[in-house]
Amino acid sequence: MNETLAAITARGLNYRYGERQALSGVGFAVARGARYAFLGPNGSGKSTLFKLLATILPLQEGELSVLGVDLRRDPAALRARIGVVFQSPAVDKKLSVRQNLTYGGQMFGLAGTELSARVDEMLARTDLLGRARDKVETLSGGLRRRVELAKCLLHRPELLVLDEPTTGLDPTARRELWALLRGIDGLTVMFTTHLLEEAETADRVLILHQGKVVAEGTPGDLSRSVGGTALEVGVDLSARDDVRALLAQRFGLQAIDVDGGLRAQAPDAHRLVPDVVDALGVRARRVSVSPPSLLDVFFAKTGGAAFTVVNEAPVKKRGRRGGGHA
Amino acid sequence: MRAVVALWHRELVRFLGDRARVIGSLGQPVVFFLLFAGALRDSLRVGDQSYGEFFFPGTLAMIVMFTAIFATITVIEDRKEGFLQGVLVAPVPRSAIALGKILGGATLGFLLGAVFLFGGAAFGIIVLDAARLLSGLAVLLLLAFALTACGFALAWLMDSTAGYHGIMMLVLMPALMLSGAFFPQPGAHALVRLLMASNPLTYGVGLLRHALGNANMAMGLPSPTVCLVATLAFALASFALATFVTTRRSARDAT
Repeated sequence: MNETLAAITARGLNYRYGERQALSGVGFAVARGARYAFLGPNGSGKSTLFKLLATILPLQEGELSVLGVDLRRDPAALRARIGVVFQSPAVDKKLSVRQNLTYGGQMFGLAGTELSARVDEMLARTDLLGRARDKVETLSGGLRRRVELAKCLLHRPELLVLDEPTTGLDPTARRELWALLRGIDGLTVMFTTHLLEEAETADRVLILHQGKVVAEGTPGDLSRSVGGTALEVGVDLSARDDVRALLAQRFGLQAIDVDGGLRAQAPDAHRLVPDVVDALGVRARRVSVSPPSLLDVFFAKTGGAAFTVVNEAPVKKRGRRGGGHA
Repeated sequence: MRAVVALWHRELVRFLGDRARVIGSLGQPVVFFLLFAGALRDSLRVGDQSYGEFFFPGTLAMIVMFTAIFATITVIEDRKEGFLQGVLVAPVPRSAIALGKILGGATLGFLLGAVFLFGGAAFGIIVLDAARLLSGLAVLLLLAFALTACGFALAWLMDSTAGYHGIMMLVLMPALMLSGAFFPQPGAHALVRLLMASNPLTYGVGLLRHALGNANMAMGLPSPTVCLVATLAFALASFALATFVTTRRSARDAT
């Protein structure tokens, strides 16, 4: 990619928390105006990547250039040009929506009539005008996220970096959030996610596993690179192991756990449907086929690692100030 | 600069928006003062002063310290609640973040102290003229800044408000007790006198007594110049420490 057209270029990024390697040799490039997803299970390194881009963590090893600014040299120069949306909204719950936006704008050097005009504009855009006087603590999770977004967009950033932006939001609030971001011309959006269906809506996806890039590309290209068809069988938890063994023995399928059943991918999986139904009988609550998804990509590229999203506790810190979660 | 004003303003808005905190901050020193001054009325005199007269500047120091503690504890809450991370990614030097927060807490301590000072004058506990009033207010401001900066540095390093309470009971409360706010130095055990002499707050309380015309020979205070220099040094050192602790970027700056 032409460097001047790139919003972000990263090469050979390494990051360690004490003994633990959170990122190793990560490189990628993001075009201006693109919507770019970092996809990976917990502990894959995507949050560390987010913190590097948000200038919260200093660069340890590698090159990272964001909007033409070398992050090793001048992270402060970048801050005025990016917006950072955290997993837990960076809003003051004891203050009103308007107060939050006003203070937020002042932190970015806005003042006077320009500030109040922009606050009004963002309140209108995020459909929060009616709640402007309400304290943030009285708002739902979805509305709080909108307050945070409005605050982060006040200074008209060229790039928005979001960490798991839809965590805790219901499907409607999720759709609204993405629709809002789509409405802003020329904005480059990068976000971390562990939701496959969310990553599939991005222009490009970077799939991370244990701190390494396992795949990068458009969701379509990535899925096609796996080829074949994905077969999903709805199975009760109690019958899962039997069914998994049977699929392996009879059909040579290596199945992974998914919500409500098992999933396997094979070049001609769709042809197997009648035989699978026949073999499983009533144990199969449903059998379906679909083109491969990013889940299958992850499975194929990691050589069979499960995309498990466990709610693990944050990694215990090493020393006073070193740790955090990756 | 704009960011400093924004953070300072937010401290005041949040304080005034929390009615329980306003009532507690104003009521607690009054209750403390009345209890001590009433209880020790005839049993403790310092030179020619009643205990109430002696304890009045001590109460002012206590107001400033408690306000500094409650104002800086919000640093931990800001971190936990997520507000702080948004400030840390703004194009603002970390020293400005520290300054805004410290000035906010210092302003609150100063204003509450001033209210109590005027109250004391109104009830005839202390006799003020223009010079005493102005120098007293100036010392209050300096002391409020120094203690808030000190509290800010501690709070920045803490992960929990419970931990901060622990430090408060272990370090800050003894520092207040051994500052000459509650009892004069001369009658104390030699070890206690040594602790008092090495306690920066001793000079702050001493400076306040000198400024308010409250000092007498029985208190064994250091000279006004020594008190002033030591308090200025304490304020500068605390602010330097507060800005230093904020400059290190770490993973705990985001949740």
